[in-house]
Amino acid sequence: MMHFLATYGTQLIAKTGQHLYISAAALALGVIVAVPLGILLTRMKHGANFVITLAGVLQTIPAMALLAMMIPLFGIGSTPAIVALFIYSLLPILRNTYLGMQGVSPTVRDAAKGMGMTWWQMMIQAEIPLAAPVIMAGIRLSATYVIAWATLASYIGAGGLGDFIFNGLNLYRSDLILGGSIPVILLALLVDYLLGKVETAVTPRQLR
Amino acid sequence: MLLSMEHLRKEYPNGKIAVDDFNLQVGRGEFIAFIGTSGSGKTTTMRMINRMLKQTSGTIKINDKDISKMDPVKLRRSIGYVIQNIGLMPHMTIQENIEMVPKLLGWSKEKRAEQAHKMIELAQLPDDMLKRYPGELSGGQQQRIGVVRALAADQEIILMDEPFGALDPITRESLQDLVKHLQEDLGKTFIFVTHDMDEALHLATKVVIMSQGKQVQVDTPENILRHPANDFVTNLIGEERLIRAQPNILSVSQIMLKNPVSITPDKTVDDAIELMHDRRVDTLLVTDDAGVLQGYVDLEDINRITDPHTAVGDFTNRQVFFVKADSLIGDTVDRILKQGVKNVPVVDKDKHLVGIVTRTALVDIVYDALRGAPEANEEPASPINADIHAAATHDEGGEIPQ
Repeated sequence: MMHFLATYGTQLIAKTGQHLYISAAALALGVIVAVPLGILLTRMKHGANFVITLAGVLQTIPAMALLAMMIPLFGIGSTPAIVALFIYSLLPILRNTYLGMQGVSPTVRDAAKGMGMTWWQMMIQAEIPLAAPVIMAGIRLSATYVIAWATLASYIGAGGLGDFIFNGLNLYRSDLILGGSIPVILLALLVDYLLGKVETAVTPRQLR
Repeated sequence: MLLSMEHLRKEYPNGKIAVDDFNLQVGRGEFIAFIGTSGSGKTTTMRMINRMLKQTSGTIKINDKDISKMDPVKLRRSIGYVIQNIGLMPHMTIQENIEMVPKLLGWSKEKRAEQAHKMIELAQLPDDMLKRYPGELSGGQQQRIGVVRALAADQEIILMDEPFGALDPITRESLQDLVKHLQEDLGKTFIFVTHDMDEALHLATKVVIMSQGKQVQVDTPENILRHPANDFVTNLIGEERLIRAQPNILSVSQIMLKNPVSITPDKTVDDAIELMHDRRVDTLLVTDDAGVLQGYVDLEDINRITDPHTAVGDFTNRQVFFVKADSLIGDTVDRILKQGVKNVPVVDKDKHLVGIVTRTALVDIVYDALRGAPEANEEPASPINADIHAAATHDEGGEIPQ
């Protein structure tokens, strides 16, 4: 192991950085799009089911196929990988945002409105804080998915820890396969742990 | 008129008429109870006042201003709102909850905090509760907060939608006392939706009985008990209540014994014993020089004191159960029986001691009421003679009024 680190140490750090960058960019885009969309869906009488089903359908496209489909649109490199992973990140965040907002008790909404909150104030001061734990759980789930799938991004030249794994597979080198897989697992666990902390932090003390 | 509602009508798209030609004038400081069966339109009517619902036709005016021309958000901030399921924000502390409307109105932080402390005191809850979360409080405590939250921005009108429906009877009673106090002492105006006739009769200055979207009778509780408009009202009130109506429309001041035996806190144990002996009572009410009720001392307390020069004020029981002179006898009976006390001091609005009601005096009233033959005019057999422990003088015993 020391030998592996001595040989591939710097490369490992660079690849981990790439991996993290792709995952983080995809997840950030996912949050930016899916959270507002999920909130919007709770305001619409129709269409919520349709949008969530659509996101579900996107989720079922095999990862390899989706990545390959990105090449004609965005070429190779990290951009198509980020777009593909972004699509994957949508569903859990969207669904949890929708469910979280739906789960805010009508009593709270009635009280907030009756006391004179504007639409916007109700959203920011009452509904989002109350839905935050559920939304955060969706983001956390997406994050682990995205980190795991970012491995495949290497296939379309985006780099990341997948490079080690694919090289290992091609060269029958189990040390390279493990050298790529273990950091991915550790990364996923670490991010999950950190986001778990965030989830606890946004959960109102009373609801923990 | 503070609030005037004229020809209100609410019709839903499916043709169902929820409220039909509703008219009501509400003056400042009134306590209006809307009562009726479910589906009678009482909640619908109330929710039109803060524009949570929009009437199909008719006008609502507050201080002569048509509310349909006002900004609904501003309107709602000026009206207190209390709902059955309490509606405290679970993710906010009690303080943040109380400060909600003041914050929306842009009050400064200091002014808001000051108000929060004032409000928690008004709710008769400890100040350190401000830092807690709603889930850490009991249902009754939460609703106390719910009630004072509705006043935190000095709202004049408070709407309450079956606020105490989910509480146990004893908690409910203490909250009823709280809102009654807010109405009587702070001059707040309440619009109160309930399906509990006792609650309506006890709290309201005016009861609006509704059925199928229409007003059946609008009158004071006394008049409704005396002259129910029709069979529907009679049924809603219930036979039993009509029989009991007599004690329910007599006030405590009409049956209390005047001149209760009282002592000031600066007197000594010796004085107290002498007074007890002279007046043949075992309990003395303690009042300050201005006559404001402070507490009581009884024989057991005095027995425990060894130094005869101890001041009465040093061992006064401050936890004294009292009733107001203008409260109804019916309620007083319930409370005295529930509390299990022998006698109850009667105070006026400013807590000045004005009389005492003894258990024995109440027996006569209850007896008359149950026999259905109120004989309040008859001179009752002096009840005090039978009870040498009663904290009232013998010679006042015969003065039980009509």
